[in-house]
Amino acid sequence: MSKPSVLIVDDEPPIRKLLEINLSNAGYCVRMAATGKEGLMLAASYQPDFILLDLGLPDIDGQEILKQLREWYGKVIVVLSVQNSEDDIITALDNGANDYLTKPFRVGELMARLRSATRFSATADPVMVVETGDMEIDLAARTVKVGGQIIKLTSTEYSLLALLAKNEGRVLTHHFLLKEIWGVAYQTETQYLRVFVAQLRKKIEPDPNHPRHIVTESGVGYRFQ
Amino acid sequence: MCRTLLTFVKNQRVIVVFQHQQTIRQLGISVLAVIISSVLAWLSKAHLDNMAVGLLLMLVVSTLAVVFDIFPVLVAAFLSALILNFFFVEPLFTYKIHDTESALLFSIYISIAVVHAVLTNRVRKQAKKSRDREEKEKTIRLYNTLLNSLSHELKTPIATIIGAIDTLKDAGIPIPAPQQNELLNEMETAANRLSYQVENLLNMSRVESGNFRLKTDWIDVNEMIFSCIRKIPAQHLKRFIFKPDDKLPLLKLDEGLIETALYSILHNAARYTPEQATVMIDARYEDGFLAITISDNGTGIPEQHLHHIFEKFYRLPHSGTGGTGLGLSIAKGFVEAHEGKISVRNLKAGGAQFEITLPADVSYLNSLKNE
Repeated sequence: MSKPSVLIVDDEPPIRKLLEINLSNAGYCVRMAATGKEGLMLAASYQPDFILLDLGLPDIDGQEILKQLREWYGKVIVVLSVQNSEDDIITALDNGANDYLTKPFRVGELMARLRSATRFSATADPVMVVETGDMEIDLAARTVKVGGQIIKLTSTEYSLLALLAKNEGRVLTHHFLLKEIWGVAYQTETQYLRVFVAQLRKKIEPDPNHPRHIVTESGVGYRFQ
Repeated sequence: MCRTLLTFVKNQRVIVVFQHQQTIRQLGISVLAVIISSVLAWLSKAHLDNMAVGLLLMLVVSTLAVVFDIFPVLVAAFLSALILNFFFVEPLFTYKIHDTESALLFSIYISIAVVHAVLTNRVRKQAKKSRDREEKEKTIRLYNTLLNSLSHELKTPIATIIGAIDTLKDAGIPIPAPQQNELLNEMETAANRLSYQVENLLNMSRVESGNFRLKTDWIDVNEMIFSCIRKIPAQHLKRFIFKPDDKLPLLKLDEGLIETALYSILHNAARYTPEQATVMIDARYEDGFLAITISDNGTGIPEQHLHHIFEKFYRLPHSGTGGTGLGLSIAKGFVEAHEGKISVRNLKAGGAQFEITLPADVSYLNSLKNE
């Protein structure tokens, strides 16, 4: 099996160097671009397995690059952005980014995100059982077990948990979750989501106040892990 | 460039027009004041002699001199002199003066009025100048305090990082692995500290610019408080106690702002309360307001500092190195941007209590049992 290839698009040389060292040591074949234009060109010519895209590039707006890439590029895109820019992150996720990281980021976090993002594109078959910690979600039988015990969930609770679990490791935005579970008309009704997540946590988390499975991404959405 | 110049010229013209308008207004008021008091004096002429009328008009001119520019005051002085002469000094309704006493009264009146107008104006200018100077000195002092604490807060971690890198990179003698690890940990702590201070500065500039667009959404306050507590450095974590109230409804708030404000207070508590002190956090919702209290059982805050601790760059004396005095002022700025209030008091039992109250809409949705 050939090495997975990655394209890094970032205008900051030290960040490029840091990413290059980590990714090449982790066995990726790394290519790099310093501008949006170069990034688009390299993406087209090398067809990398995933792209790490900085949103603040000097020449083209990162969101614009994202849209252009998504016209033909079907694999994984993870965006990098500065802190406190939830709006940018949500826009990027809506524009087709698979995940995001805010600078300054920890390398461990970066590698974990990339692993879960690439695992998604690799597995063509839908996952049938999601296991994490002492929890087991059987998507075929529609059952949830914690520590071997079957947990009773309402149908909405189950749909929410299943949707999150199918996208294990990835952040799902409030809008996306509301649209998928409750429908387009409920897209801005985050209160539903808050209530259901709180209820779900009480049922499946060992300590609902310090959730380990359904993690809040403040201002953006939720992530299952 | 050309456009900037144009705007500048336009602005200058606006200022000139503005000053012009202000002078006309002051002139109008001055003339009116003199006429009104003259009429009043005329009406009560039976009880007043010329000297009294002169003093009355002088009082009006002096009062005008305290608040107005020199030109309107001079006009008032001359006008009142003419009125005094024309209406009150014999022979009436002429500008002629017969007896020497009246002539003396009139000339003394006009000199005093003019001298008074000029002197008061000069005094006011002086006062303004010294006020400006004081203001400037205060700004410079504040700026220096800021620079001192900031350069300390930023340079210490940078020095740590550079020093540790030098040691790891080209130390003459080999460094044992455990010590290498220690250096790496020091670098991590320093980088985190740097990151926190930069974040503080960015937040401060947000408060200063007053450029807030609240992004409110339904939030679970208990969850927000827990996530705030989790950010506290591990060695202090066990001192923080929060018992969530499960009945607390969802509230519409700007989570980012409130979390930053709360974290500033918690960070402060972690840092400045004694190591054995505990910090209790409590949140409740009453009559449209969310109240979050943060109480500790430490030594409290000296009364004379209590009213200043939300001021920018204000730090308690002997509060040790580190810290810029920004955290609590950011908390205040963010809470006020949310139209809320922040306060602090000392508890009778010892320790301090901070309270944040915020107006917030409440959600009718508490639980959705089934569907």
